[in-house]
Amino acid sequence: MPLEETIAPAGTMTTQIDAALGWARKYSIFQYPFVTACCGMEFMSTAASHYDLDRFGAGFPRFSPRQADCLMVVGTISHKIAPVLRRIYDQMAEPKWVIAFGVCTCTGGFYNNYSTVQGIDTIVPVDLYIPGCPPRPETVIQGLVMLQEKIQKTGGRPRRVVEAAP
Amino acid sequence: MSAPATQGERREIPAADARAGLEALKAEGFNVLVDLTCVDYLAQKRAPRFDVVYRLMKLDAAEGRDLGRVEIHCAADAQPVLRSVRDLWPVADWLEREVWDMFGVGFIDRPDIKRLLMYETFVGHPLRKDYPIAKRQPLIGPKSGEKADSPSFNILKPTVVGE
Ligand code: SF4
Repeated sequence: MPLEETIAPAGTMTTQIDAALGWARKYSIFQYPFVTACCGMEFMSTAASHYDLDRFGAGFPRFSPRQADCLMVVGTISHKIAPVLRRIYDQMAEPKWVIAFGVCTCTGGFYNNYSTVQGIDTIVPVDLYIPGCPPRPETVIQGLVMLQEKIQKTGGRPRRVVEAAP
Repeated sequence: MSAPATQGERREIPAADARAGLEALKAEGFNVLVDLTCVDYLAQKRAPRFDVVYRLMKLDAAEGRDLGRVEIHCAADAQPVLRSVRDLWPVADWLEREVWDMFGVGFIDRPDIKRLLMYETFVGHPLRKDYPIAKRQPLIGPKSGEKADSPSFNILKPTVVGE
């Protein structure tokens, strides 16, 4: 049960609680970097001290999906690894967000071929697309700020009914 | 420093004799299999259709010097004729699996060879020139990889194999 329903009885207006939780959640994004290819280099430079993702409260990578809020899919996803990505997504606890980092994850990029997933939105729901091959750190930071706005607005309520995998 | 004996010399060996020829080269001192790959000459209508390429190097490991190279070309068909050279150069194990995976060229003494790069359920050999360029065989996700129109969509379909 979502936190806001546990602490407020049913039927109570929870907008203020939503706003407070959204505010808290947007500045404590624990990300899970799913790094498979060259975009990882750009991810590292964004996360390291020069651009410093920690300024936005997202500087703390968790290497267990069970502790993470935000799945950052960084790099080309092949069909072979797609079920692994899906399982990682399924293992994350709600509320959770997914960032497609780089054009490979957004659309497959220039890998229009037999081996590459043509956009990870065919496997997992995506909240934010960051284009670029690779995206510059400024673009990533802009994307992160947009995700924070989204988290603030939605308060991080679980919005999706996840269909069970067959 | 003496000049390398054979620098990039190219030799054609019939596929049936390839094993003997490669053994002789190994005995001659070609101790590194630099690459083992394949070319599909479908468009050129060559028969046999494939060209399996072995690139060998004589390496003086003590001094780290390249003492000469040779390139062996064996015309081959999808029917396995070549014999494995795993025992001569252990690296050939994976390279032969790659040639099988990507081109479907087999080796007589490796009847149950496994794919190297693609998943087991993959059908066909993707680097063959007649592999349909738009054919997709996703393990999960919508068939043929069509886009879901909403970014928040969430469907999973059972494993799809190519047809
Ligand atoms: S988008 Fe470009 S930089 Fe990023 S993983 Fe793909 S090819 Fe590499």
